[in-house]
Amino acid sequence: MTLIQVRNLKKSFGELEVLKDINVEIKEQEVVCVIGPSGSGKSTFLRCLNRLEGITGGHILIDGKDITDPKLDINKVRENVGMVFQQFNLFPHMTVLQNIMHAPLMLRKGDKQSIEKQALELLAKVGLSDKAKASPSELSGGQKQRVAIARALAMNPKIMLFDEPTSALDPEVVGDVLSVMKQLALEGMTMIVVTHEMGFAREVGDRVIFMDGGYIVEENVPEELFGNPQEVRTKSFLSKVL
Amino acid sequence: METIVAAFPYLLLGMKVTLYIFFFSIIFGFLIGLLTALMRLTTIKPLNWIAKVFVDIIRGTPFIVQLFFIYFGLNGLEFISLDRTVAGILTVSINAGAYFSEIIRAGILSIDKGQTEAARSLGLTKVQTMRTIVLPQAFRTMLPTITNQSIISFKDTSLLSIIGIADIVQRGKVHASTTFKPFEVWLTVGVIYFVIIYLMSLLSSFIERRYKIK
Repeated sequence: MTLIQVRNLKKSFGELEVLKDINVEIKEQEVVCVIGPSGSGKSTFLRCLNRLEGITGGHILIDGKDITDPKLDINKVRENVGMVFQQFNLFPHMTVLQNIMHAPLMLRKGDKQSIEKQALELLAKVGLSDKAKASPSELSGGQKQRVAIARALAMNPKIMLFDEPTSALDPEVVGDVLSVMKQLALEGMTMIVVTHEMGFAREVGDRVIFMDGGYIVEENVPEELFGNPQEVRTKSFLSKVL
Repeated sequence: METIVAAFPYLLLGMKVTLYIFFFSIIFGFLIGLLTALMRLTTIKPLNWIAKVFVDIIRGTPFIVQLFFIYFGLNGLEFISLDRTVAGILTVSINAGAYFSEIIRAGILSIDKGQTEAARSLGLTKVQTMRTIVLPQAFRTMLPTITNQSIISFKDTSLLSIIGIADIVQRGKVHASTTFKPFEVWLTVGVIYFVIIYLMSLLSSFIERRYKIK
Protein backbone atom coordinates (compact mmCIF):
# COMPACT_ATOMS: atom_id res chain seq x y z
CA MET A 1 0.00 0.00 0.00
CA THR A 2 1.27 3.48 -0.85
CA LEU A 3 1.93 5.49 2.29
CA ILE A 4 3.60 8.58 0.86
CA GLN A 5 2.89 10.14 -2.47
CA VAL A 6 4.86 13.13 -3.68
CA ARG A 7 3.62 14.88 -6.80
CA ASN A 8 5.42 17.70 -8.62
CA LEU A 9 6.97 18.92 -5.38
CA LYS A 10 8.72 22.27 -5.73
CA LYS A 11 10.50 24.24 -3.06
CA SER A 12 12.27 27.58 -3.35
CA PHE A 13 14.14 29.66 -0.81
CA GLY A 14 13.60 33.11 -2.27
CA GLU A 15 15.15 33.07 -5.72
CA LEU A 16 16.87 29.77 -5.17
CA GLU A 17 14.90 26.78 -6.38
CA VAL A 18 16.08 23.83 -4.31
CA LEU A 19 13.53 21.23 -5.35
CA LYS A 20 12.44 21.42 -8.96
CA ASP A 21 10.00 18.65 -9.66
CA ILE A 22 10.01 15.71 -7.30
CA ASN A 23 7.70 12.77 -7.91
CA VAL A 24 7.95 9.69 -5.79
CA GLU A 25 5.80 7.07 -4.10
CA ILE A 26 6.77 5.20 -1.00
CA LYS A 27 5.03 2.04 0.12
CA GLU A 28 4.31 0.88 3.63
CA GLN A 29 7.29 -0.87 5.26
CA GLU A 30 9.62 0.33 2.54
CA VAL A 31 13.09 1.59 3.44
CA VAL A 32 14.16 4.30 1.02
CA CYS A 33 17.65 5.77 1.16
CA VAL A 34 18.26 9.16 -0.40
CA ILE A 35 21.80 9.88 -1.53
CA GLY A 36 23.38 12.69 -3.49
CA PRO A 37 25.95 15.48 -3.31
CA SER A 38 25.53 18.27 -0.76
CA GLY A 39 23.19 20.96 -2.05
CA SER A 40 21.24 18.45 -4.09
CA GLY A 41 18.08 19.12 -2.06
CA LYS A 42 17.87 15.79 -0.28
CA SER A 43 17.54 17.22 3.24
CA THR A 44 15.06 19.82 2.04
CA PHE A 45 13.03 17.05 0.41
CA LEU A 46 12.93 15.16 3.71
CA ARG A 47 11.97 18.28 5.67
CA CYS A 48 9.09 18.95 3.27
CA LEU A 49 7.60 15.56 4.14
CA ASN A 50 6.61 16.75 7.64
CA ARG A 51 6.28 20.37 6.56
CA LEU A 52 9.23 21.60 8.57
CA GLU A 53 9.74 23.42 5.30
CA GLY A 54 6.76 25.05 3.63
CA ILE A 55 6.13 23.81 0.13
CA THR A 56 6.25 26.11 -2.88
CA GLY A 57 4.34 23.88 -5.27
CA GLY A 58 2.93 20.40 -5.77
CA HIS A 59 1.34 17.97 -3.35
CA ILE A 60 2.42 15.52 -0.69
CA LEU A 61 -0.03 12.86 0.40
CA ILE A 62 0.69 10.96 3.58
CA ASP A 63 -1.67 8.11 4.33
CA GLY A 64 -4.06 9.65 1.80
CA LYS A 65 -4.08 13.10 3.43
CA ASP A 66 -2.74 16.06 1.51
CA ILE A 67 -0.36 17.74 3.95
CA THR A 68 -0.06 20.79 1.72
CA ASP A 69 -3.70 21.60 2.54
CA PRO A 70 -3.54 24.60 4.91
CA LYS A 71 -6.73 23.45 6.65
CA LEU A 72 -5.13 20.19 7.71
CA ASP A 73 -3.92 19.97 11.31
CA ILE A 74 -0.24 19.42 10.59
CA ASN A 75 0.46 18.52 14.24
CA LYS A 76 -1.71 15.43 13.90
CA VAL A 77 0.24 14.39 10.79
CA ARG A 78 3.55 14.98 12.54
CA GLU A 79 2.53 12.64 15.36
CA ASN A 80 2.66 9.89 12.76
CA VAL A 81 5.91 10.98 11.16
CA GLY A 82 8.95 10.72 13.42
CA MET A 83 12.11 12.59 12.58
CA VAL A 84 15.74 12.14 13.56
CA PHE A 85 18.15 15.01 12.99
CA GLN A 86 21.84 15.19 12.21
CA GLN A 87 22.44 17.30 15.33
CA PHE A 88 20.21 15.08 17.57
CA ASN A 89 18.37 18.11 19.04
CA LEU A 90 17.74 16.45 22.37
CA PHE A 91 16.15 18.74 24.95
CA PRO A 92 19.08 19.65 27.23
CA HIS A 93 16.92 20.71 30.18
CA MET A 94 15.39 17.27 30.54
CA THR A 95 16.74 13.86 31.43
CA VAL A 96 16.94 11.15 28.81
CA LEU A 97 13.70 9.59 30.05
CA GLN A 98 11.92 12.96 30.11
CA ASN A 99 13.06 13.59 26.54
CA ILE A 100 11.33 10.41 25.43
CA MET A 101 8.20 10.91 27.54
CA HIS A 102 7.71 14.60 26.82
CA ALA A 103 5.70 14.52 23.59
CA PRO A 104 3.44 11.59 24.58
CA LEU A 105 2.74 13.33 27.90
CA MET A 106 2.02 16.69 26.28
CA LEU A 107 -0.21 15.13 23.66
CA ARG A 108 -1.88 12.75 26.14
CA LYS A 109 -1.02 9.47 24.49
CA GLY A 110 -2.05 7.45 27.52
CA ASP A 111 -1.52 7.74 31.25
CA LYS A 112 1.81 8.61 32.79
CA GLN A 113 2.59 5.07 33.93
CA SER A 114 2.06 3.46 30.55
CA ILE A 115 4.01 6.24 28.85
CA GLU A 116 6.91 5.73 31.24
CA LYS A 117 6.78 1.97 30.72
CA GLN A 118 6.91 2.42 26.96
CA ALA A 119 9.75 4.95 27.25
CA LEU A 120 11.79 2.47 29.29
CA GLU A 121 11.10 -0.24 26.73
CA LEU A 122 12.28 2.05 23.95
CA LEU A 123 15.43 2.85 25.91
CA ALA A 124 16.09 -0.86 26.28
CA LYS A 125 15.51 -1.28 22.57
CA VAL A 126 18.20 1.27 21.70
CA GLY A 127 20.49 -0.28 24.32
CA LEU A 128 20.54 2.58 26.82
CA SER A 129 18.48 1.34 29.77
CA ASP A 130 21.16 2.51 32.18
CA LYS A 131 20.94 6.11 30.93
CA ALA A 132 17.31 6.88 31.82
CA LYS A 133 18.21 9.38 34.52
CA ALA A 134 21.21 10.85 32.69
CA SER A 135 21.29 14.31 31.20
CA PRO A 136 21.83 14.49 27.41
CA SER A 137 25.17 16.25 27.92
CA GLU A 138 26.51 13.17 29.68
CA LEU A 139 26.00 11.05 26.58
CA SER A 140 28.27 10.44 23.62
CA GLY A 141 27.09 11.42 20.15
CA GLY A 142 26.06 7.88 19.30
CA GLN A 143 24.10 7.56 22.53
CA LYS A 144 22.41 10.91 21.93
CA GLN A 145 21.30 9.81 18.51
CA ARG A 146 19.91 6.56 19.85
CA VAL A 147 17.93 8.51 22.45
CA ALA A 148 16.67 10.77 19.65
CA ILE A 149 15.45 7.69 17.78
CA ALA A 150 13.70 6.42 20.91
CA ARG A 151 12.13 9.85 21.41
CA ALA A 152 10.72 9.83 17.88
CA LEU A 153 9.45 6.27 18.30
CA ALA A 154 7.60 7.18 21.50
CA MET A 155 4.83 8.73 19.42
CA ASN A 156 4.34 5.38 17.63
CA PRO A 157 4.88 6.91 14.19
CA LYS A 158 4.04 5.11 10.97
CA ILE A 159 6.95 6.71 9.16
CA MET A 160 10.45 7.62 10.32
CA LEU A 161 12.51 10.29 8.59
CA PHE A 162 16.26 10.30 9.14
CA ASP A 163 18.22 13.39 8.14
CA GLU A 164 21.87 12.34 7.90
CA PRO A 165 21.64 10.63 11.29
CA THR A 166 25.27 9.57 11.44
CA SER A 167 27.00 12.55 9.81
CA ALA A 168 27.83 14.25 13.11
CA LEU A 169 29.09 11.10 14.79
CA ASP A 170 32.57 9.79 15.51
CA PRO A 171 33.28 6.90 13.16
CA GLU A 172 33.47 4.31 15.94
CA VAL A 173 29.89 4.91 17.10
CA VAL A 174 28.24 5.10 13.67
CA GLY A 175 27.70 1.34 13.75
CA ASP A 176 25.65 1.49 16.98
CA VAL A 177 23.20 3.92 15.44
CA LEU A 178 23.00 2.10 12.13
CA SER A 179 22.28 -1.20 13.86
CA VAL A 180 19.35 0.37 15.74
CA MET A 181 18.06 1.68 12.41
CA LYS A 182 18.53 -1.69 10.78
CA GLN A 183 16.58 -3.35 13.58
CA LEU A 184 13.79 -0.84 13.02
CA ALA A 185 13.77 -1.60 9.29
CA LEU A 186 13.55 -5.32 10.01
CA GLU A 187 10.54 -4.69 12.25
CA GLY A 188 8.76 -3.21 9.24
CA MET A 189 9.02 0.54 9.89
CA THR A 190 8.58 2.71 6.83
CA MET A 191 11.79 4.72 6.66
CA ILE A 192 13.25 7.47 4.53
CA VAL A 193 16.92 7.93 5.22
CA VAL A 194 19.05 10.74 3.85
CA THR A 195 22.53 9.35 4.26
CA HIS A 196 26.13 9.23 3.19
CA GLU A 197 26.45 5.66 4.47
CA MET A 198 26.49 3.77 1.18
CA GLY A 199 27.01 0.49 3.00
CA PHE A 200 23.79 1.01 4.94
CA ALA A 201 21.88 2.06 1.83
CA ARG A 202 23.08 -1.03 0.02
CA GLU A 203 22.39 -3.45 2.85
CA VAL A 204 19.19 -2.11 4.43
CA GLY A 205 17.56 -0.02 1.70
CA ASP A 206 14.77 -1.49 -0.42
CA ARG A 207 15.28 1.33 -2.84
CA VAL A 208 17.89 4.05 -3.31
CA ILE A 209 17.10 7.48 -4.70
CA PHE A 210 19.91 9.54 -6.16
CA MET A 211 19.21 13.29 -6.12
CA ASP A 212 21.14 16.07 -7.80
CA GLY A 213 20.33 19.69 -8.62
CA GLY A 214 16.81 19.53 -7.18
CA TYR A 215 15.72 16.49 -9.19
CA ILE A 216 15.53 12.77 -8.61
CA VAL A 217 18.08 11.69 -11.17
CA GLU A 218 17.78 7.97 -10.72
CA GLU A 219 16.09 5.48 -8.41
CA ASN A 220 16.42 1.76 -8.21
CA VAL A 221 16.98 -1.21 -5.95
CA PRO A 222 20.41 -0.86 -4.31
CA GLU A 223 22.11 -3.65 -6.28
CA GLU A 224 21.15 -2.01 -9.56
CA LEU A 225 21.79 1.60 -8.57
CA PHE A 226 25.19 0.85 -7.09
CA GLY A 227 26.09 -1.98 -9.49
CA ASN A 228 24.74 -0.69 -12.71
CA PRO A 229 23.97 3.07 -12.62
CA GLN A 230 22.34 4.40 -15.77
CA GLU A 231 22.84 8.15 -15.54
CA VAL A 232 26.13 9.95 -16.01
CA ARG A 233 25.66 12.03 -12.86
CA THR A 234 24.96 8.93 -10.78
CA LYS A 235 28.09 7.25 -12.11
CA SER A 236 30.20 10.31 -11.44
CA PHE A 237 28.84 10.68 -7.87
CA LEU A 238 29.27 7.01 -7.05
CA SER A 239 32.79 6.98 -8.41
CA LYS A 240 33.67 9.68 -5.87
CA VAL A 241 32.04 8.15 -2.81
CA LEU A 242 32.51 4.41 -3.25
CA MET B 1 24.85 56.56 66.08
CA GLU B 2 21.67 57.41 67.97
CA THR B 3 20.44 59.15 64.83
CA ILE B 4 20.90 55.98 62.84
CA VAL B 5 19.21 53.81 65.46
CA ALA B 6 16.33 56.24 65.74
CA ALA B 7 15.95 56.60 61.98
CA PHE B 8 16.13 52.91 61.24
CA PRO B 9 12.52 51.77 61.89
CA TYR B 10 11.17 54.85 60.15
CA LEU B 11 13.33 54.24 57.06
CA LEU B 12 12.52 50.54 57.04
CA LEU B 13 8.85 51.41 56.75
CA GLY B 14 9.82 53.29 53.62
CA MET B 15 11.67 50.25 52.34
CA LYS B 16 8.45 48.28 52.81
CA VAL B 17 6.76 50.69 50.40
CA THR B 18 9.70 50.40 47.99
CA LEU B 19 9.54 46.61 48.07
CA TYR B 20 5.78 46.61 47.65
CA ILE B 21 6.00 48.76 44.53
CA PHE B 22 8.96 46.78 43.22
CA PHE B 23 7.19 43.44 43.73
CA PHE B 24 4.17 44.37 41.62
CA SER B 25 6.20 46.30 39.06
CA ILE B 26 8.54 43.41 38.40
CA ILE B 27 5.66 40.96 37.93
CA PHE B 28 3.75 43.28 35.59
CA GLY B 29 6.98 44.35 33.90
CA PHE B 30 7.92 40.77 33.24
CA LEU B 31 4.49 40.00 31.78
CA ILE B 32 4.69 43.11 29.58
CA GLY B 33 8.18 42.06 28.50
CA LEU B 34 7.15 38.50 27.71
CA LEU B 35 4.07 39.60 25.80
CA THR B 36 5.89 42.20 23.71
CA ALA B 37 8.83 39.86 23.08
CA LEU B 38 6.44 37.24 21.71
CA MET B 39 4.70 39.96 19.67
CA ARG B 40 8.07 40.89 18.16
CA LEU B 41 8.69 37.27 17.22
CA THR B 42 5.38 36.46 15.53
CA THR B 43 4.92 36.72 11.79
CA ILE B 44 1.97 39.07 12.28
CA LYS B 45 3.31 42.43 11.09
CA PRO B 46 1.08 44.84 13.07
CA LEU B 47 1.98 43.06 16.32
CA ASN B 48 5.71 43.27 15.51
CA TRP B 49 5.28 46.92 14.81
CA ILE B 50 3.34 47.77 17.98
CA ALA B 51 5.88 45.96 20.16
CA LYS B 52 8.83 47.58 18.45
CA VAL B 53 7.37 51.09 18.76
CA PHE B 54 6.61 50.46 22.44
CA VAL B 55 10.17 49.37 23.18
CA ASP B 56 11.68 52.21 21.16
CA ILE B 57 9.58 54.86 22.90
CA ILE B 58 10.32 53.62 26.40
CA ARG B 59 14.03 53.17 25.73
CA GLY B 60 14.19 56.52 24.01
CA THR B 61 12.79 58.58 26.89
CA PRO B 62 14.04 59.11 30.46
CA PHE B 63 12.34 57.35 33.32
CA ILE B 64 11.51 60.61 35.03
CA VAL B 65 9.73 61.91 31.92
CA GLN B 66 7.69 58.71 31.74
CA LEU B 67 6.80 59.13 35.41
CA PHE B 68 5.74 62.75 35.00
CA PHE B 69 3.82 61.92 31.84
CA ILE B 70 1.84 59.19 33.58
CA TYR B 71 1.33 60.89 36.94
CA PHE B 72 0.91 64.52 35.91
CA GLY B 73 0.16 64.16 32.20
CA LEU B 74 -2.43 61.42 32.30
CA ASN B 75 -3.92 62.69 35.54
CA GLY B 76 -4.39 66.04 33.83
CA LEU B 77 -6.90 64.39 31.53
CA GLU B 78 -10.49 64.65 32.74
CA PHE B 79 -11.40 61.00 32.61
CA ILE B 80 -8.29 59.59 34.26
CA SER B 81 -7.44 59.58 37.91
CA LEU B 82 -4.44 57.62 39.11
CA ASP B 83 -3.23 57.65 42.67
CA ARG B 84 0.50 57.93 43.32
CA THR B 85 1.12 54.28 43.99
CA VAL B 86 -0.75 53.13 40.89
CA ALA B 87 1.07 55.68 38.73
CA GLY B 88 4.38 54.60 40.27
CA ILE B 89 3.79 50.89 39.72
CA LEU B 90 2.56 51.60 36.20
CA THR B 91 5.66 53.59 35.30
CA VAL B 92 8.15 51.11 36.70
CA SER B 93 6.25 48.19 35.09
CA ILE B 94 6.18 49.78 31.66
CA ASN B 95 9.79 50.89 31.89
CA ALA B 96 11.07 47.50 33.07
CA GLY B 97 8.77 45.80 30.55
CA ALA B 98 10.50 47.45 27.61
CA TYR B 99 13.92 46.33 28.80
CA PHE B 100 12.69 42.85 29.72
CA SER B 101 11.19 42.64 26.25
CA GLU B 102 14.57 42.92 24.57
CA ILE B 103 16.18 40.54 27.08
CA ILE B 104 13.49 37.92 26.54
CA ARG B 105 13.53 38.33 22.78
CA ALA B 106 17.29 37.84 22.66
CA GLY B 107 16.99 34.87 25.03
CA ILE B 108 14.41 33.17 22.84
CA LEU B 109 16.46 33.81 19.70
CA SER B 110 19.55 32.34 21.37
CA ILE B 111 17.91 28.90 21.55
CA ASP B 112 18.95 26.70 18.65
CA LYS B 113 16.32 26.34 15.93
CA GLY B 114 16.81 22.58 16.07
CA GLN B 115 15.06 22.56 19.46
CA THR B 116 11.89 23.98 17.93
CA GLU B 117 12.14 21.69 14.94
CA ALA B 118 12.53 18.61 17.11
CA ALA B 119 9.53 19.59 19.24
CA ARG B 120 7.36 20.45 16.25
CA SER B 121 8.34 17.25 14.46
CA LEU B 122 6.96 15.30 17.44
CA GLY B 123 3.60 16.96 16.95
CA LEU B 124 3.82 19.62 19.66
CA THR B 125 1.97 22.84 18.85
CA LYS B 126 3.73 26.20 18.59
CA VAL B 127 2.50 27.19 22.04
CA GLN B 128 3.52 23.88 23.65
CA THR B 129 6.94 24.16 22.03
CA MET B 130 7.44 27.70 23.26
CA ARG B 131 6.20 26.94 26.78
CA THR B 132 7.94 23.62 27.43
CA ILE B 133 11.02 23.64 25.21
CA VAL B 134 12.13 27.15 24.25
CA LEU B 135 11.21 29.32 27.25
CA PRO B 136 12.57 26.99 29.96
CA GLN B 137 15.94 27.01 28.21
CA ALA B 138 15.80 30.70 27.33
CA PHE B 139 15.06 31.72 30.95
CA ARG B 140 18.16 29.94 32.16
CA THR B 141 20.35 31.92 29.79
CA MET B 142 18.47 35.14 30.53
CA LEU B 143 18.59 34.92 34.31
CA PRO B 144 21.75 37.02 34.90
CA THR B 145 20.48 39.80 32.60
CA ILE B 146 17.00 39.64 34.13
CA THR B 147 18.54 40.00 37.58
CA ASN B 148 20.55 42.95 36.38
CA GLN B 149 17.51 44.72 34.96
CA SER B 150 15.49 43.93 38.08
CA ILE B 151 18.17 45.60 40.20
CA ILE B 152 18.11 48.65 37.95
CA SER B 153 14.31 48.83 38.22
CA PHE B 154 14.55 48.39 41.98
CA LYS B 155 16.79 51.42 42.16
CA ASP B 156 14.57 53.33 39.72
CA THR B 157 11.75 53.12 42.27
CA SER B 158 13.72 55.67 44.31
CA LEU B 159 12.66 58.29 41.76
CA LEU B 160 9.04 57.77 42.76
CA SER B 161 9.77 59.87 45.87
CA ILE B 162 9.50 62.86 43.53
CA ILE B 163 5.75 62.37 43.12
CA GLY B 164 5.41 62.03 46.88
CA ILE B 165 5.36 58.27 47.38
CA ALA B 166 6.50 57.60 50.93
CA ASP B 167 9.29 55.23 49.95
CA ILE B 168 12.61 55.01 51.70
CA VAL B 169 14.10 57.97 49.80
CA GLN B 170 11.13 60.20 50.54
CA ARG B 171 11.39 59.29 54.20
CA GLY B 172 15.13 59.88 54.08
CA LYS B 173 14.55 63.39 52.74
CA VAL B 174 12.06 64.19 55.48
CA HIS B 175 14.22 62.70 58.19
CA ALA B 176 17.43 64.34 57.03
CA SER B 177 15.82 67.77 56.99
CA THR B 178 14.14 67.39 60.37
CA THR B 179 17.17 65.97 62.18
CA PHE B 180 19.84 67.97 60.35
CA LYS B 181 21.87 64.75 60.10
CA PRO B 182 22.01 64.08 56.35
CA PHE B 183 25.25 62.09 56.59
CA GLU B 184 23.83 59.47 58.94
CA VAL B 185 20.43 59.31 57.25
CA TRP B 186 21.69 58.87 53.69
CA LEU B 187 24.36 56.43 54.79
CA THR B 188 21.64 54.32 56.40
CA VAL B 189 19.44 54.52 53.32
CA GLY B 190 22.39 53.46 51.15
CA VAL B 191 23.21 50.51 53.40
CA ILE B 192 19.59 49.30 53.38
CA TYR B 193 19.49 49.44 49.57
CA PHE B 194 22.82 47.67 49.33
CA VAL B 195 21.84 44.83 51.65
CA ILE B 196 18.58 44.17 49.79
CA ILE B 197 20.22 44.26 46.37
CA TYR B 198 22.97 41.99 47.61
CA LEU B 199 20.35 39.50 48.80
CA MET B 200 18.68 39.68 45.39
CA SER B 201 21.98 38.81 43.69
CA LEU B 202 22.46 35.88 46.04
CA LEU B 203 18.97 34.61 45.30
CA SER B 204 19.62 34.90 41.58
CA SER B 205 22.89 32.94 41.77
CA PHE B 206 21.13 30.32 43.83
CA ILE B 207 18.37 29.93 41.23
CA GLU B 208 20.97 29.86 38.48
CA ARG B 209 22.87 27.03 40.16
CA ARG B 210 19.70 25.16 41.05
CA TYR B 211 18.36 25.10 37.48
CA LYS B 212 21.64 24.92 35.63
CA ILE B 213 21.59 22.67 32.56
CA LYS B 214 24.22 20.06 33.17
